[in-house]
Amino acid sequence: MLKILNLDAGYGALRVLKGISLHVSPGEAVAVIGANGAGKTTLLKAIAGVLKPHAGEIVFDKRNILGRPAERIVRLGCCLVPEGRHVFSSMTVRENLLLGAYCRRRENTAASVQEGLEQVYDLFGILKERSSQLAGTLSGGQQQMLAIGRALMSRPKLLMMDEPSLGVAPLVVRDIYETIVTLKRNGLTILLVEQNARAALAVADRGYVIETGQIVLQGPSRQLSDNPEVQRAYLGKEYRRIDE
Amino acid sequence: MNLPQIMQYGLSGITVGSVYAIVAVGFNIIYNTTGIINFAQGEFLIVGAMTAISLSHVVPLPVAILGAVLITTALGGLIELVFIRRVRDASVLRLIIVTIGLSIVIREAMLHIWDEKPWSLPYFTGTSSTTVSILGAYISVQVLWVLGVSAVIVTALTLFFRYTTTGRAMRACSDDRMAARLCGINDRWMVTLSFMLSAGIGALAGCVISPITQTQYDMGATLAIKGFTVAILGGLGNSMAAVAAGLFLGLLEALVVSQFASAYKEVVAIVVLLLILVFRPSGLFARRATSVRTA
Repeated sequence: MLKILNLDAGYGALRVLKGISLHVSPGEAVAVIGANGAGKTTLLKAIAGVLKPHAGEIVFDKRNILGRPAERIVRLGCCLVPEGRHVFSSMTVRENLLLGAYCRRRENTAASVQEGLEQVYDLFGILKERSSQLAGTLSGGQQQMLAIGRALMSRPKLLMMDEPSLGVAPLVVRDIYETIVTLKRNGLTILLVEQNARAALAVADRGYVIETGQIVLQGPSRQLSDNPEVQRAYLGKEYRRIDE
Repeated sequence: MNLPQIMQYGLSGITVGSVYAIVAVGFNIIYNTTGIINFAQGEFLIVGAMTAISLSHVVPLPVAILGAVLITTALGGLIELVFIRRVRDASVLRLIIVTIGLSIVIREAMLHIWDEKPWSLPYFTGTSSTTVSILGAYISVQVLWVLGVSAVIVTALTLFFRYTTTGRAMRACSDDRMAARLCGINDRWMVTLSFMLSAGIGALAGCVISPITQTQYDMGATLAIKGFTVAILGGLGNSMAAVAAGLFLGLLEALVVSQFASAYKEVVAIVVLLLILVFRPSGLFARRATSVRTA
């Protein structure tokens, strides 16, 4: 579904991604884990078209989307839930969700939009309760749910999520991850970026470890969780080894 | 002052105030999608009125006004496509300076097309001497047109921004540009649209006031200063507050004119602007500090 080859991207002269290659197959959940500043967010921004990559190839659904503007990429079914949620804080929850369906406005009917809303409300009951409340007044976790719900309104083929657990209460993180599992079970393809490696690897089929803009390790989630290097660096286990 | 006099000044204050409000709403629409102040906003009113005056010689008045609004709307879009969109490294300050330049160019172009004579549209209904009496005050029927059209513009815009997909998309752009793009909203097109919308409502406002105030090529600058004062007074970007602020400034001007020489009228807006910038830069009705947008 998504195939990235030798992607180079960054900000101005700063090169953040140095030849990243990865792929996501249909129906798969893939996690990209790495420390702060490793280039995870840059990677997702480059795929979503918010950031113009310097070089490489991004093929989504057999189309080369490298360098296409963000608003065209989401129309193809490749949708990003950005880091820090970025809900429209001065607008109501319902308006936020309706804007999520904007990219499909030509094919949308009142009924199909309503159906989309109902599906999101089924997934996140709290959003239905708060539907006429301003998004800026929601808690961090509720805003994260809203951001995911808004992305789902575009009926994506691939859902990319950037740090869905960031700034969210631990109990709510569990809720959000349970929802991600549900979405995956319903057949949605997911690309997840996380510092919270434990949570990400628990739901993903496969994972990539990214360090200073390069993929240093990849494999099935189980294999990555068992890898001593990953455990030490990202799962906080066996810290004694560092002392030695 | 007796009641008829108070009514007379009050109504004239509300009339000019509602025009200031429309200019301010035009500022706000563009500010909300781009973060810039379009100093050519006053010129849109004059271009609209002038075009309608020229067209009214060949077609009936309503058609002339409609034509003028459409032409000015197109001009607004064209200005955005040709000048604003092409600015490289477009910082807010740079774009604002572009709009100042544009206002001068448009003004000079109008001087060449319509020379420096004041022109005016005919009264929409009746003649310049047709009046209605409200609580002892005699006002021109055109004043009712100004008030009515202003109310319709503000209501229509409110409905547009709240209930239409495109209106919501424009609000989304002003709220969070990146998130809007991730929803599939073409933010560049929304900016073009905001210029078209501002130009269109500006042109309509220019047409309805033309019979009362007459229209001269260089009147845009004064209107822009008044509108800008009102926009700041209400809090940039807040259109409902701009209406209240517009009426406030209009009434204040009327009060000053009623008590002092009418030459002081032009001072009022500037004094208010200075006071508000010093003491409440985020506007009278601001609930939170206005931050500079970095869109």
